[in-house]
Amino acid sequence: MTLHFKKETFRDDYTFSNSPEAIRRFPFPFEKDEYMYSVNIEQHMPGPQKSAFEFPIDIDEHYVAEMEDRAKVLAQDPGRCQSLPHMITAEWDLLELLMESMSKHYPEHFQLTRDGDDWRWVNKPLGVDQRFVFGDVSTLPYPPMEYITRQCQGDFALLDQRLDNLWMDAGVITAQADWSLDFDIGMNFMEWHAPVPLAKDMGIFERALKFLMNLQQGRPVRRLNWTMTINPRLDTSPENYDKWGVERTTVTPENVGNKVHLRVELQAMWRLPRSNAIVFSIRAYMIKMEELVTVPKWGRRFHRVLRDVKPELAEYKGLTRYRQMTVDWLSKHDDGAPTSPGFAPD
Amino acid sequence: MITTSTFDSRPAYGGLSLDERAKSHLVVAEGDGASAVLDAFEDAPPSLARTTLLYAGPDGMAVRLAILGAAEFRRTSGRLDLMNRLDEVFATSKMGARLYVAGTESFIGEVIAKAATYGVVPQSVIAEQRGSLARRVQCVHCKHVDEEVTATPYACGGCGQSLFVRDHFSRRHAAFQGVRVDAEVPGEIPAAEELVQ
Repeated sequence: MTLHFKKETFRDDYTFSNSPEAIRRFPFPFEKDEYMYSVNIEQHMPGPQKSAFEFPIDIDEHYVAEMEDRAKVLAQDPGRCQSLPHMITAEWDLLELLMESMSKHYPEHFQLTRDGDDWRWVNKPLGVDQRFVFGDVSTLPYPPMEYITRQCQGDFALLDQRLDNLWMDAGVITAQADWSLDFDIGMNFMEWHAPVPLAKDMGIFERALKFLMNLQQGRPVRRLNWTMTINPRLDTSPENYDKWGVERTTVTPENVGNKVHLRVELQAMWRLPRSNAIVFSIRAYMIKMEELVTVPKWGRRFHRVLRDVKPELAEYKGLTRYRQMTVDWLSKHDDGAPTSPGFAPD
Repeated sequence: MITTSTFDSRPAYGGLSLDERAKSHLVVAEGDGASAVLDAFEDAPPSLARTTLLYAGPDGMAVRLAILGAAEFRRTSGRLDLMNRLDEVFATSKMGARLYVAGTESFIGEVIAKAATYGVVPQSVIAEQRGSLARRVQCVHCKHVDEEVTATPYACGGCGQSLFVRDHFSRRHAAFQGVRVDAEVPGEIPAAEELVQ
């Protein structure tokens, strides 16, 4: 599949948008007209052709622009990429996983040649042709996790498994929905989820942790999560909240369609072969309300979900200031007709 | 931002009690933590013969700890001095040593974070909170750490912004997280509330 990569920005003038094809393949996260937390984990099996689930690692039209945005974040704040010393084996595991997957499914754009430990990686969209020795850090311009994630869409955390828990001991987090790797690194699964309301009392994290600790090699899993973002900003970090927070007050009834974005995280998890660590990938997809309602079912359904979402959740996701205005705007795209079950457009 | 009090990352410390099975005891205390040490160790002479005790705090408490009868007692000039001394002790510690900490939450957090760098599993540390309820807070924006934060919001000592103290605790930083309270509407700063627990 040959992709055409768009030139666009996720900051300042915010030129990001989705092509009609990208809208059709948007991983809309609501299978019903209402939303509540659940352990919505499923096997990360290949999905329909051209969907965001077709391949384990999804590369799309925003690839080059997203990688440029990551480079800007890392230049300003190197602490967004951190790895505790015992995670180096997991870093190499991650590099292998991503290079293998990208080159297998997008051979026009990425090629990997392996001769024992002598590897050659070609990344045509970013103009990279790198020979290196697998396992030898000195043969790459960055440590292995940083090297490959500067070339792969999505945030990545590496979770070590010990003492009956998962520990977030490494990660590259430049497009996060308001959590700090620098603060959370070294925390266990229950600790880093501590700020999430409601889910704890539902026992969701205990069940999710048990499930993940039994994750098997070669059987990755995935789940969808969602929030909303004003303007198509990838870097909604707490570090920069003092700069972007004010954008939440810029929504007006006139600009809702263009400014308010549904942001969906495709979270996928793999067990790694050498380190026994888990890759937790968090791939963000954004779609503005104007684009969303071009799929009538999604416009109707998202209106109902957003209207009825619990106040604690709305507060936690930071929707409070613009939620009602967005519900009002969406109501014009909801004729009350029933929606079909499942995520897909009708 | 998050104002929930759902709060799994903040450690709860049960209280000092002697681990009789330990080959040696390393006890560190600051300020009012001394009274917790006295409560736990006063009637344990055999164990005290295998105890190293480090303390930073006022004269009266230091004297009472000094005559407790620990194999080694060291009073340091303050927290920084105590932390440096702790490095030396950890560097020569052996398997079977048990670590005890008593003092403020900020002090306990800092000792446990340091111990973790020497491979001490945080959950293995026996700790008791005594004294001030003040918190140590890291500004998520400029990363400055303020000690003795007693109210939220407060002014960051690094960037000067008004920070809301989030109920989220990092053991590595031994600190809570501070996030700008008026980022969405600059100047809209709620009245400060005392951090009472």
